[in-house]
Amino acid sequence: MTDTTTLPPQPTDADQPARSGIEIRNLYKIFGPHPERWIKHVQEGMTKEELNDRHDHVLGLRDISLDLAPGEISVIMGLSGSGKSTLIRHINGLIAPTAGQILYEGRDVVAMSTSDLRTFRRTKTAMVFQKFALLPHRTVLENTLYGLDIRHIPRDQAEPVARKWIDRVGLSGFEANYPSQLSGGMQQRVGLARALANDADILLMDEAFSALDPLIRMDMQKVLLELQEELRKTIVFITHDLDEALRLGDSIAILRDGALEQTGTGQDIVLRPANDYIAEFVREVNRGKVIRAERLARPLAPDEPPPRLRVEGRRVIELVARDMAQMGETHALVTDRKGTEIGVIEASTILSAMVTPAESLT
Amino acid sequence: MATCWGLPDALCSFPSLDAKSLRMMRKGIDDGFREIVRAHSETIDAATAPLQIFLNWLENLFTHAPWPAMMIVILAIVWAGARSWRTVIGAALAMVLIGVFGLWTDTMTTLAMVTVATIVAILIGLPVGIAMARSDRIQRFLTPLLDVMQTLPSFVYLIPVVVIFGIGKVPGLIAVVIYAVPPMIRLTNLGIRMVDPEVTEAADAFGAAPRQKLFGVQLPLALPAIMTGVNQTIMMSLAMVVVASMVGVGGLGKNVLQAITNQYFTTGFLNGFALVAIAIIFDRTSQAFGKRLQKHREARHD
Repeated sequence: MTDTTTLPPQPTDADQPARSGIEIRNLYKIFGPHPERWIKHVQEGMTKEELNDRHDHVLGLRDISLDLAPGEISVIMGLSGSGKSTLIRHINGLIAPTAGQILYEGRDVVAMSTSDLRTFRRTKTAMVFQKFALLPHRTVLENTLYGLDIRHIPRDQAEPVARKWIDRVGLSGFEANYPSQLSGGMQQRVGLARALANDADILLMDEAFSALDPLIRMDMQKVLLELQEELRKTIVFITHDLDEALRLGDSIAILRDGALEQTGTGQDIVLRPANDYIAEFVREVNRGKVIRAERLARPLAPDEPPPRLRVEGRRVIELVARDMAQMGETHALVTDRKGTEIGVIEASTILSAMVTPAESLT
Repeated sequence: MATCWGLPDALCSFPSLDAKSLRMMRKGIDDGFREIVRAHSETIDAATAPLQIFLNWLENLFTHAPWPAMMIVILAIVWAGARSWRTVIGAALAMVLIGVFGLWTDTMTTLAMVTVATIVAILIGLPVGIAMARSDRIQRFLTPLLDVMQTLPSFVYLIPVVVIFGIGKVPGLIAVVIYAVPPMIRLTNLGIRMVDPEVTEAADAFGAAPRQKLFGVQLPLALPAIMTGVNQTIMMSLAMVVVASMVGVGGLGKNVLQAITNQYFTTGFLNGFALVAIAIIFDRTSQAFGKRLQKHREARHD
C-alpha cells in the first residue's frame, strides 16, 4: 500500500473552502437472491409488501435522497427495521446498493473499485459501532492505533496521535488495559478514540450510544458535542432515540420502513411534523428543550421600548423562560451570536409553544 | 432355503451381484490401483523423502540425546505452556517412571513420531481450515470428506496407504496424519467463523485488506479454538501410533502390538500407561496454553 505513509495534518480549521458533504441520490436496496430482477418494478412503484409476499425479496431502502451537510451532525432516526443501519453502511460501502449513488468530493462511493474503496475507508471515514466492536486481544492503546496500523503508519508517528485521543476521550491511564477490563461506557470511549485517531472527515456512528446506560449515554453525548464543537467533522449518527436525535442533530432525517418520512432540523420536526406518524413520534418530546428563542421571536414594534433582558437566539425556550422568571420579566430581546437584535420574545408565546398544540392531541 | 415367511427368493435374501462379477470388480480395482502405484513409485518415494529424512533426524535426535537433556527440554516446554509447577512436577514424575521401567527410548521414538505428525497436521490443517472458513463451497465439499476421514476405521485406509507407500515409518506417519488432521481443520474453520461479525465489520470499516483482516483479527481471535484443534490433533496422533505400529512404526505402539499378539499383559499395560502419561502431559500443557490465550479475547459487556 502506498496510499498513506505519512500522517495527514490534524484537523484545525473548520472553514476550508467548499468542503464536501455527502449526497445520497435515489438509493435503493433490495435484499434477496435476485435484487436486479425486481429493482425496475420497485422503482416503478411496487410496494414493499408485494415484493416480500409474492417475490420473496425484502425492500431495505426505497428511494433515499439525502444531503448530509459537511461539518455537521446529521442524525438518521428510525425504529428497528427502518433501514437506518443499512443506510449508514452504504456510506462507507460495507453494503452495496441495488441502485443509486453516494457522492462525496464529487466521487461516487458506489462505483469505486475495491482498492479505491479501501483507500476511501482508510482515509475519509471512521466508524463507531453499537456494540463497540473493539479488538479484544489488543489493549486500549493498540485498539486506538488500529486504523493507523492498517494504513502502515509507523508506530513512532502513530502512537502520539493515539495517546492524544485516548486523553481527549478521558481514558488516560487505561492505555495498557484490555477492553474486557473496562465498563461499557469506557469501551465506547475507546471506540470513539479509535475512530478519531483515524483523522477522517466522515464519522459514522451506528447507534453508538444505544448500548449504554442512560446517564453514561448523556455523558457520551456531551463528549461528542464538545469534540464536534472543535473538530467540525461530518458526522452521521444513527439512533432510535428521539431525545438523542434532538440533542445531537443539526439536522434529522426520520426513516420508516426503508423510506424517508421527514428531514429537517429538530425544531422543524417538532413544530411541523410532516404526517401523523411523525406527530405521534414527537408528541412526548419536551418541546421547551428543543425550540429555540429565535424561532419564536417577533420583530420589535416601532414604538416599543426594548426589553431589558437579552437572550441569545440559540437558547432553548425552557431556559429563556427560566431567565424571565428569575428576572421577573415578561419580554426578552433575542439576539444572534454577535449580539445583533433579532426581535422580541414574550412569555405567553413561550408558554403556548411549550404545550403540545391542540390539533395533534387527537 | 427360502423359508422366510414363505416369500419368493428375491424378497428373502437380498439380490446381490453374483460372486464372479464381484470378484472381477475387486480384482480389477486392486490390480489397476497397484499398476498405477507401481508406475509412479519413484515419484511417490521422492515426494515422501523429505518427510522420511526429517522423521529420521528427529528420532535420532530424541533417542540419542542424553536423557537429562531431553528431560530438561520437555519440562521447559511444559513450563512455557502451562506455567504451573504442579504440571511440571507431574510431568517429571511421569518421565522418571517411564525411564525406570525401561521405556525411555521407545517413548522418545513415539514422541518424535507424534511431533512430526502434529507439525504436518498443523501445516495441512491450518491453511485448509482457513480456506474452509472463507468459502461456503469449500466447506460443503470438505465436511463429508472430513466425516469419512474420522469415521472410516483406520485399518481400512491403512491398506491403500501400505499399497502406495509400502511398510515403514512414513506410511505410518501418513496414516496418523489422516486420522489426526480433521479436528485441526474443523476447529480452525469453526474458530474463524465464530469471530464476532461486528469485529470483522469494524476491520472492514477501517479499510483492512483481506490479509490484514485474517492475520490481525480473524486468526488471533480464533486462536483459542485453533489451540483446541492442536490439542485434539496431538491426542489423536498418540492414540493412532498403536495402529500405525502395524505398518512398521516403532516405539511404544509396537510394544503394545507385540503384547497383544503374545498376551504379555504387563508389557501391554506399562506401554499403554506410558502413552497415557505423555498424552496427559501434552494435554495439560496445550490446554493451559490455550486458556492463557483466551484471557482477554472474550468480549465482556456489563
